Amino acid sequence: MSDVTTKELRIVGFLCNWCSYGGADTAGVARAKQPTDLRIIRVPCSGRVDPLFIVRALFLGADGVLVSGCHPRDCHYSTGNFYARRRLEVLKQFLPILGIDSRRFEYTWVSASEGQRWQHVVTTFTEQIHSLGAAPKFMDVEPKEFKLGARVSTPILPLGAGQDQPLKELKTAIKEALPKLEVVIGWQQGRDPLHAVPLFMRKAEDVDKLIWGPCNVHNVATYLREYQGHKVGLVLKACDARSVIELLQENLASREDLTLFSLPCQGTFDYGRVEQCIGRYTQLSDVQFTQSAATVMVDGTSKTLPYAEYMQSKCLRCTSRLPKLVDISFGTDPTEDAKDARESAESLPPELALVESLSLEERMAFWRASMERCIRCGACRNSCPMCICRDHCISDTRDPHFMTQADTFLEKLFFQVIHALHLAGRCTECGECQRSCPLGIPILALRQKLNRIISELFAGYQAGSDPSQVPPLLCYAVEEPKIKEREW
Amino acid sequence: MSAYSYLTAQEIPTLVERLAPHFEQVLVPTEQKGVKESVIFAPWTKGSPISLAKATVPPKAAVFPKCETLFSYKIEKDTQDAPKLTLNPEIYAPKTLIFAARPCDALGLNILDRPFLQSHYVDPYYAAKRDKLCVVTLTCPSGCENCFCHWVGIGPAATQGADIVLTAIKSGYVAQAMTQKGQELLEKCAFKDGTDKVPEVNQARKAAWESLKPAPDLSQIHSTLAQSFADLDFWTQETQACLSCGACTYFCPTCYCFTITDEGDAQSPQGGQRLRSQDNCMAQLYTREASGHNPRPNKALRMRNRVTHKYMTYKETWGAFACSGCGRCIQHCPVGLDIRAILLAAIARTTNTPDMQGGK
Ligand code: SF4
Ligand code: SF4
Ligand code: SF4
Ligand code: SF4
Repeated sequence: MSDVTTKELRIVGFLCNWCSYGGADTAGVARAKQPTDLRIIRVPCSGRVDPLFIVRALFLGADGVLVSGCHPRDCHYSTGNFYARRRLEVLKQFLPILGIDSRRFEYTWVSASEGQRWQHVVTTFTEQIHSLGAAPKFMDVEPKEFKLGARVSTPILPLGAGQDQPLKELKTAIKEALPKLEVVIGWQQGRDPLHAVPLFMRKAEDVDKLIWGPCNVHNVATYLREYQGHKVGLVLKACDARSVIELLQENLASREDLTLFSLPCQGTFDYGRVEQCIGRYTQLSDVQFTQSAATVMVDGTSKTLPYAEYMQSKCLRCTSRLPKLVDISFGTDPTEDAKDARESAESLPPELALVESLSLEERMAFWRASMERCIRCGACRNSCPMCICRDHCISDTRDPHFMTQADTFLEKLFFQVIHALHLAGRCTECGECQRSCPLGIPILALRQKLNRIISELFAGYQAGSDPSQVPPLLCYAVEEPKIKEREW
Repeated sequence: MSAYSYLTAQEIPTLVERLAPHFEQVLVPTEQKGVKESVIFAPWTKGSPISLAKATVPPKAAVFPKCETLFSYKIEKDTQDAPKLTLNPEIYAPKTLIFAARPCDALGLNILDRPFLQSHYVDPYYAAKRDKLCVVTLTCPSGCENCFCHWVGIGPAATQGADIVLTAIKSGYVAQAMTQKGQELLEKCAFKDGTDKVPEVNQARKAAWESLKPAPDLSQIHSTLAQSFADLDFWTQETQACLSCGACTYFCPTCYCFTITDEGDAQSPQGGQRLRSQDNCMAQLYTREASGHNPRPNKALRMRNRVTHKYMTYKETWGAFACSGCGRCIQHCPVGLDIRAILLAAIARTTNTPDMQGGK
């Protein structure tokens, strides 16, 4: 099936100026016979190849993309290709979740003197692309929706309303700490007793408004980027604390500036589900929390929200309820009792399970259907605690011009890819991006996939677990035990 | 013929079917799967399901798209002469029916009309679409948790901006023609006369009104906001939770800010396009000038702009609010920021500040 004499396909090659570009030249000078499908883009280093270039090329219709740089240990800039190797391997494993065959992208190493090797690489890769044929185009697949499957049926740790937690003690502690802090951020009741909003405590009387319980969905660590260099306090759920740790890992926050408070969390609502249960209403009152469910009066009718059904799926899978690194916390962590229940935590979350159950073509159809309804509101980006470029997002800049304003699903999917890849190895899977999407687009699946790839490649790495760890894509190892490179 | 037609609940698809031949495009609320339910206005084809729920996204894009091509351009080399530039204006304006919008959606269109059609310049792109637009609204059976249409002068049964108004009654729906266009269309649909159902319609509309909580008096809100305008502490306090995402504006039926960009290379075989896209005033980039200076450098100033534009400046210019009270900015804000609370806080602030009392 490797008939290279058939119609040319479109293959984009990013070649390092110092080695592979020279290698191609050597092959050319030696008049080595090579297929002609490859279009070469010269780059200063394989480390310069942003994985987004590759996704862009594939989205725009390339049938294959090849990146070739100097052999490891031989980088002109000493370490560029070490970083590249990590990024490119992550990307290669990520492509299938978008519906793209990972064999359409390869990266390898060819030095300037290896004309023969270059000939071999380019021939092998071109044959591989020809055997795959022309790449299926997103534009040609019919959009198709798929329904999410069931969630884990039993939570790993018991869910609850957290109403018996020592909130009073916490309030006293915050009041004591407040004089030394500019603000302490937590939650207060929002538009009705079933909704919370972030609370900014500056005066002692503000602290009285603090609430703790399943309505506290927002990740208040998202506000840290606004308070860099300020003395602030944060009230954290365990999952929010991971975002804080990740910010510390990246030197985007400094520990001395932060005073962290916490109580054991017992889960927070999935408002998509809650809204579906209670429907449209004008009056909501009498929210009661029992052991296993919340009840609420909605326009005179009583509704029951069993926690196992109405809490976020991350909470069903949550294995740590009281963050370790906080300064002031009350209550006990139930985590220790639940060690043996880890297994279900390893099962796939529903969004990812859905996409993984689809064929590559169905995945394209799925993303097309999902992204077509995106209205580019930006809530997913801005509610992400790790999106720290804020007003300088490359999706907005005109130079470099990563994205156009054209309102196509592919541009919008590309935006999600930008977000996901910029979060690779940094995402703490807090789920805020997806929670914030008013259109319920399962964008978390992309982040969940990346996190699993990274954990697999880098010794179980989980972003935001240890402030002293360096995020895996911000560093490298000379030998990468888990990265299996192409033999050719 | 009477202005009222009667149809059963099962006949809703029939109504759409009978209306559809008169249009090139019929947009109906359509349910979307996903991690939470949402409803968007999507093109209808025979047999496609129709949701009668209030849509997550207002139908604004029918007249003011997310993104539209204003013109395309191309530069071609000429061996004899200077390169030739060709410009092709493009106005895409299919004859469109919006079906089962809510009163706040329809009012939103009226609010957009003023700046686009009634100022010094008529916007040809908007005008072409608006001219060919027909709106069927469905009155709301009750208020909802986030909406406040009665604060801004309409209500769950308002008919402004609609050509035909549908109201649910016990035994089905009554369609009422509001305009000549609506009357003609309804006649062509040939449903049973609904005149005898009018008392029931009125009753349903009254019940919807009665479900609402009392509204505050916003008749002086423009001067209240004018008094709060310079109080930066106030705006900072009210905006603390905002993430500057812009969801509140993109989901708003009345926001009409846009940006214009050129995409594509004039000298390429495909040429380039000048696009107009919806933009949002909550973004820092929206007001950043070429020099780098930004007149609204922080989120408090941007929130102030959004709120005062809606309830003060637009009102001063056009005599009405640039808000139809749909509540989507509250519903879809990732942090639940509530524009109603800002208005109430502004009112409270002026009443509590003695030296400010008595107006400007
Ligand atoms: S994931 Fe865990 S810590 Fe986070 S809200 Fe759910 S239960 Fe609480
Ligand atoms: S990408 Fe989503 S899940 Fe990951 S940190 Fe950001 S908001 Fe949280
Ligand atoms: S929050 Fe949803 S609709 Fe908004 S930009 Fe993100 S994916 Fe699109
Ligand atoms: S939707 Fe909310 S967070 Fe986003 S810009 Fe509007 S007010 Fe701010």
